[in-house]
Amino acid sequence: MTELEAGRAGTLAPVRGGAALGRYRDILIALIAFAVLASLPLFTGSKALLDFVIRCSAYGLFATSLNLLVGYTGLTSFGHGMFFGLGAYSFGLIMQKLGVPIPVAFVATLAITAVIAAVIGAICVRLKEIYFAFVTLAFQMLIHSTILSWASFTGGDQGLRGGIPRPAFLGINLANHVHLYIASCALLILGLLAMRQIAQSPFGYTLRMIRDNAARASFLGIDVWRTKLTVFVLAAVFASMGGMVMALFVSGAYPEFAYWTISGEGIFINMLGGVSTFLGPMVGTVLLLLLNDTVTRFTEYHGIVLGVVILFFALGLRKGLLDFVAEWFVQRRDAGEGR
Amino acid sequence: MLEIRNLAKSFGGVKATNDVSLDFPDGSLTAVIGPNGAGKSTFFNLITGALKPDTGQVLLDGVDLAGRSPPEIVRHGIGRAFQVASIFKSLTVQETMLAAVSADQRSSAVLHRRFPLPETCDRAEHVMELLGLAEKRNRTAATLSHGDQKLLDIALALVLEPKVLLLDEPTAGMGPEERWRMIDKVRELWETQKITVVFIEHDMDIVFKIAPKIVVLCYGRILATGTPDEIRNNSAVIEAYLGTEHAGAAA
Repeated sequence: MTELEAGRAGTLAPVRGGAALGRYRDILIALIAFAVLASLPLFTGSKALLDFVIRCSAYGLFATSLNLLVGYTGLTSFGHGMFFGLGAYSFGLIMQKLGVPIPVAFVATLAITAVIAAVIGAICVRLKEIYFAFVTLAFQMLIHSTILSWASFTGGDQGLRGGIPRPAFLGINLANHVHLYIASCALLILGLLAMRQIAQSPFGYTLRMIRDNAARASFLGIDVWRTKLTVFVLAAVFASMGGMVMALFVSGAYPEFAYWTISGEGIFINMLGGVSTFLGPMVGTVLLLLLNDTVTRFTEYHGIVLGVVILFFALGLRKGLLDFVAEWFVQRRDAGEGR
Repeated sequence: MLEIRNLAKSFGGVKATNDVSLDFPDGSLTAVIGPNGAGKSTFFNLITGALKPDTGQVLLDGVDLAGRSPPEIVRHGIGRAFQVASIFKSLTVQETMLAAVSADQRSSAVLHRRFPLPETCDRAEHVMELLGLAEKRNRTAATLSHGDQKLLDIALALVLEPKVLLLDEPTAGMGPEERWRMIDKVRELWETQKITVVFIEHDMDIVFKIAPKIVVLCYGRILATGTPDEIRNNSAVIEAYLGTEHAGAAA
């Protein structure tokens, strides 16, 4: 499901029918992926594996949403993690203080994130490149220090303690490990499907135009500022979804969720998996978490190992893994056509 | 009708555009010439909103567009192409056209449908055919030849169905033969599309051959306007521009 493949599919099918077909194909792939993930507990009793998939869901939603900014729009945010933390804290606090049903807290958190992202975005998206990166980073630090210093509300450096209540709703009990697992997978697949739709919509192509040449886009009548702000808010909402999955998983929220290292990991994931394909960040997520889990088992210097791996991708391949695979496929096919 | 009234723009002490007033009647073809630094590109930038004029008016069918933003001015019907082809390098030719039509039909923020929208296809197809880019529809813009990139840039402006098309040196960076092909294309577009075309050009042979009307800019001012014959025989123009330039070209 890479952009390159999608582009090629478009050339084969007539333009008119191709667009609708693409959507059905994506939904089909999503259903199959969900069926595979959801049936996993039937085949394995490994709690560790299910936990791994839940963490992949949280980080995957976050990293893919970051790619909407980095890969599709060319906005490199160094502060995207603030919305991951915001999602976790806002969801946890609503559940702890108000005791509303989980879906209500879920929707309320998305709304809160959207409002805050709109305010922060309105300030940031006017800025270019490095200035955008730094100001988003500054906002991340602002939110992080607010969480630390407002201890009476957020629990300060201890985080939200005492667990997040997870009352059952509609027969779904998220305190049950398998229920939580299935719900995480469902959120991941729905989130990815929604982001895929954004990427393949006319709006998604407007993002690509802005990434390639914002000045030209404005001479076609596109309001660049408004488009950037919209995608900033949309990406924040999906990052916040990832944060909520994380909060449900650990039954709490901690200041690290809003720390700049989360944003850094998001960038790492995108570098590992690649930003030119939709699923690149998802591949990167699995890679990074696998690396994290295996390397920490062998050495306490896992930072060094991770750094070397990142350097290999950045300097060696000069692209993410899925970028590399996609390019290889295209080259092979073009070579085949040439014969 | 595009009317420019007393347009002026200074950068520091330099008057890049100095009290310029011009009329471009509907369906006219006009060449803008002038030595380097004459303010030709600045003039285009002022009309299209890339720069805000200090004073003056840009009237399109009586509506003053001076100082408005580029998207607004484009929507009123002034399209432009650039001296250095300004394209979307990672999109294919076809995607570029479809996305531009989406922008014009105000569907560029649509989230719930798939790109491309069926209603954008006919116009995109038409302009690709018109500019001879249909064969190359699946080529990524970055891989096109220089000439095709310039054509794609013009196609981007044209697909918006503008009333006025401003072309900033459509033949910049081209070889002699390619130049003529490009300028024939421009003339053909002007004849078939019945739009107002204003273009900047350096090559005097081209200008005198195809432009019914010529505007000469020098140091931000209008030095002369008229038919090729009038310009050729204008002593001020010969002194300021043609004399040295042609002597240099002949040498």
